[in-house]
Amino acid sequence: MEDDAPVIYGLEFQARALTAQTAETDAVRFLVGTQSLKFDNQIHIIDFDDENNIINKNVLLHQAGEIWHIGASPADKAVLTTCYNKSESHCFLLSVAPFAASLCSSFFSSDSRVVSCAAVWRMPSDWETGSHESPDESAHNPQTLELLCHLDDSTHGNAACVLWEPMGDGKRVISLADNHALLWDLQESSTQATVSSTATLEGKGQLKFTSGKWSPHHNCSQLATANDTAIRGWDLRTMSQIYCIENAHGQLVRDLDFNPNRQYYLASCGDDCKVKFWDVRSVQEPVKTLEEHSHWVWSVRYNHSHDQLVLTASSDSRLILSNMVSISSEPFGHLVDDEELSEGEELHQEDKGKEPLKDSVVSTYEEHEDSVYAAEWSSADPWLFASLSYDGRLVINRVPRALKYRILL
Amino acid sequence: MDEGSVPVAEDPGRRRRVHGMLKLYYGLNEEGKAPEQPESLDPCDINGPHFDPELYLNKLRRECSLTELMDQETCMVRQIRSLDSDMQTLVYENYNKFISATDTIRKMKNDFKKMEDEMDCLSANMAAITEFSARISGTLQDQHAQITKLSGVHTLLRKLQFLFELPARLNKCLELQAYAQAVNTHRRARCVLQQYSHLPSFKGIQDDCHAIMDKLAQELRQKFRDGGSSAKDLSECVELLLQLDEPAEELCDKFLSHARSRLESDLQGLEAEIRPYPSTSATKDASVHGLSSTTAPGSPADGSPKNSSLPSPASNTDILEFIDRGCNEFVSSLCLVITSYQELFINHAQKGELASKNIPQMANGKLHVFVDDLAARYFMLVERRIQEEKGVGDNSLLVRALDRFHRRLQAVAKLLPGSAVPNKGTEIVIRAATERVKQYLSALQSFYMDSLTDVRQALATPRLSVAGTSVAGPASGRDAPTSLPELLSSLSASILNQIKSVLASVHLFTAKDITFSNKPYFKGEFCSQGVRESLVVSFIKFVCQSSRQFCETAGDKGGSTPPALLLLLSRLCLDYETSTISYILTLTDEQFLVQHHSPVTPVTTLCAEAREAAQKLLNHYVKVQGLIISQMLRKSVETRDWVNTIEPRNVRAVMKRVVEDTTSIDVQVGLLYEEGVRKAHSSDSSKRTFSVYSSSRQQARYAASYTPSAPMDTNLLSNIHKLFSERIDIFSSVEFNKVSVMTGIIKISLKTFLECVRLRTFGRYGLQQIQVDCHYLQMYLWRFVSDENLVHFLLDEIVGSAAHRCLDPAPMEQSVIEVICERG
Repeated sequence: MEDDAPVIYGLEFQARALTAQTAETDAVRFLVGTQSLKFDNQIHIIDFDDENNIINKNVLLHQAGEIWHIGASPADKAVLTTCYNKSESHCFLLSVAPFAASLCSSFFSSDSRVVSCAAVWRMPSDWETGSHESPDESAHNPQTLELLCHLDDSTHGNAACVLWEPMGDGKRVISLADNHALLWDLQESSTQATVSSTATLEGKGQLKFTSGKWSPHHNCSQLATANDTAIRGWDLRTMSQIYCIENAHGQLVRDLDFNPNRQYYLASCGDDCKVKFWDVRSVQEPVKTLEEHSHWVWSVRYNHSHDQLVLTASSDSRLILSNMVSISSEPFGHLVDDEELSEGEELHQEDKGKEPLKDSVVSTYEEHEDSVYAAEWSSADPWLFASLSYDGRLVINRVPRALKYRILL
Repeated sequence: MDEGSVPVAEDPGRRRRVHGMLKLYYGLNEEGKAPEQPESLDPCDINGPHFDPELYLNKLRRECSLTELMDQETCMVRQIRSLDSDMQTLVYENYNKFISATDTIRKMKNDFKKMEDEMDCLSANMAAITEFSARISGTLQDQHAQITKLSGVHTLLRKLQFLFELPARLNKCLELQAYAQAVNTHRRARCVLQQYSHLPSFKGIQDDCHAIMDKLAQELRQKFRDGGSSAKDLSECVELLLQLDEPAEELCDKFLSHARSRLESDLQGLEAEIRPYPSTSATKDASVHGLSSTTAPGSPADGSPKNSSLPSPASNTDILEFIDRGCNEFVSSLCLVITSYQELFINHAQKGELASKNIPQMANGKLHVFVDDLAARYFMLVERRIQEEKGVGDNSLLVRALDRFHRRLQAVAKLLPGSAVPNKGTEIVIRAATERVKQYLSALQSFYMDSLTDVRQALATPRLSVAGTSVAGPASGRDAPTSLPELLSSLSASILNQIKSVLASVHLFTAKDITFSNKPYFKGEFCSQGVRESLVVSFIKFVCQSSRQFCETAGDKGGSTPPALLLLLSRLCLDYETSTISYILTLTDEQFLVQHHSPVTPVTTLCAEAREAAQKLLNHYVKVQGLIISQMLRKSVETRDWVNTIEPRNVRAVMKRVVEDTTSIDVQVGLLYEEGVRKAHSSDSSKRTFSVYSSSRQQARYAASYTPSAPMDTNLLSNIHKLFSERIDIFSSVEFNKVSVMTGIIKISLKTFLECVRLRTFGRYGLQQIQVDCHYLQMYLWRFVSDENLVHFLLDEIVGSAAHRCLDPAPMEQSVIEVICERG
């Protein structure tokens, strides 16, 4: 069975931030944020036409600064958050970052400073129509994002990432800034943000959250964060730590993801080139460890519906799709439903004869030529995923058909 | 017709021929000649039986001329004449013979007549003699009968006298303790007394005798029970008792129980020597004490001194002494018991009438039970003692002890052919041997771990810090007395020596002069499974295993195991793979003449395992060292504010530190691994580097970034560059040589540098500082790697990325960079 060739899309700028448009469940759509210090940064909206294997792009301007992290609202297609750096020499919105000035004031009296901010944006309502009329024109004269509100607090520092409440109504976000986790309530169609509660990581030295993930389980009351080599779990109701995996990785922990189906399972990756799977109920040892990458692993993502499929992106320029059957929610393959059973003995026996799937690397994707910092599953098609490398190359791939049918049948 | 010969021949030949012709003439046919002479049916054959003179004549007349006829005629006449003369001679001869025969017959007739007369005379004489003899015997008849009667009376009288004297004699015998004579005497009289017991006088004698014999039997039994007497006495005793119709079974039991009490005291003696159970043995002692005193009233005299002379439980003898004692006391007395028992109850009984009563079988059965029981207890003690032998120092003692143990059991085997005792003994020996092998394995393992600890300590002891010396001086670096090669060689030598000594110790088990060495177990399984597999192979596997554990446990933080140890172990494993394993196994196979009946681990598997371990260790070493340098680089990039930094005046100290560390790692690796191949250097490797940045490409880059209209160019250029360069695996497997190791470490470090740079934003001077740093690294790092282009490429990427992340990308002049770097 021949698999479709990957689809490659090149951005003009370097890029690190990638997300699927979470609220969009019909079209395969990814959002990419660029990083450029010299030009206006952009958000590329990548539409993938699965049938024709074609990509449609739309560009929106993000003039605030280079984008380090991007998150799409689970409720409103048009709303997204970004974490961005702005250097004051390029800063157009001086008023929004008074705290940054105070933070940097101890440095030399140079006029160039770099501060990290976070904000909620809305896409212009007609971005789609505009692109259809004259795609060339839109590329040159792109529309600009509409700022809804800043997620900045004068008392808290640089934002590393912003997390939307999974499957929520788009009213709550968490931002991780230095050693604080801030829970925001968005009001009045997201134009106003207030901090409802905070949690602070106390400890020796300069602690800093590198990434985090809002657990979709337990009524969305849990958060996992990574700082240095440790992974911590937080209860959002009390904003207190509930578990801590010290030395989860030998080096820095780069990313986390929750198993969408098994509430206690958590995947993490880091600079020790490993991907580890944890059961947060017993954190002494990882449940499983993958060592397939030959450099730091920057991103790990569970497939939203088939949690045996795990995507990892690494600065060895590779993307690896693994099939972790043994720790998935379907360790014995697809469970046959009752109604399917009645279809006949034959099918049943076939199922039984099938060899249990083993944990394995499904595929290694080598289309990238620079470090791959982000990988995401499509929210619309569970068999599609995109990966983004630093040189601005976005690659859209599919799960191999053989495996797909094996999982489905 | 042979008429020619007839006149000439006169010798016996001629006569015969004449006879033949006569025979022919008379129609007689000599036997045997008949078939030779074909019957001539020719009527013209003058010698033939069917001769017809008429035909012949006619034929002659018809065929022959006159002269021929004449000749024929003369010839014929001559023949007839000669025939006639022959006939006459014959007649004369026979006549003479006949006459002499008649004379002889007549003479015989006369002689016979005389003889007949003499015979008549003889018969008359004989008749007279017979008559006389009959008369003599008739007269002597009476006297003969009388004498016979008298002699009969005499015998009877003597027998009676014997009977009457019997009680007295028996008493006397009893007094003199001549039991054998008494029994003999009594036995002779017994039947008679039995027969005539209806007569009162005889009855009295019989009763007396019975009383005496009972007393005698009592005494014998007493004597038997005392057992103090010699074996010969004892056997005599038993023999007599048997003759006295004592029940054999009872005797066997008594004999055995008596022997048992003695053997048990031996066993207690042995038990007392085993340390760990002093209390139990003491109580057992006491209980047996009581037991023996009740069952055998005679024995305390023997038993108590023995018990009191028992060594105190605290004194612990060595195993050889223990086994010696066991052999000398227990086994030899057991053998004695067996011999005398067999002598008494089995061999002896087979001769006599007792055999019919199935006594040998019964006795044999009892003996087997007895021996098995006691031997089992003995074995238990021996095994307990052997288990105490934990120290692996001197194996020869144990082997000798086991040998003695085994050898002495052979005696039992000879005495008792069907017994299971020797087999059980062999099993004990085998168990002891396997246990020993296990102990040696664990001893080897702990030795190995101890050696590693020693090495660790040696590595940890303060050494000359390389940091103080010049960066570029490999000579001064070499002075650093880590002396890794020495450590390695001493480690591997000591391990090898240990293995050898262990092999030598184990080899004692199979020495020629050891009795159990020719058991099939020791010839086959012990060598192949015991020594080769569970000792040598297990140890090698353990070495690999423990090495691999260093990679895993030390794994994440990399702190616990010193990198030098990893390097050392990796080399050790590699050496094992290349030579040591096959050497050790060959040594083992040679020493033990292993014949592999069962499948054994092949050398190649072990080598593969060792190689894998070596690879893993080396990879881990690279990773750990790379991470140490990475950490420095990362900290240096992360902690600095690159936007607001001053113009670079010199190379950052971190970079110098990186180069120093790399140099010392290079020295360290160079001590253990060969140089390895590297691609040819360009003539000015250290100088040319910045041409990459400063010349066309780099300028094109910056130029591109200044032109807002064509932002694609930068990517395009770097992408094109990447298209033609190979993908670099950062944490990849390295080869077993210095260059490869160094390449791995530098790759990891520089990639970290790159990734960290990409996460930062730079000001103008920040970029320039990175440029300076990279140039400095370039100057020193190219020499360590296999392909300097790799360093170029990575440093290019770093500077390129820094330029991208720069708010105000104004690169520094190449000449200035060079000046700064050379200033150091």
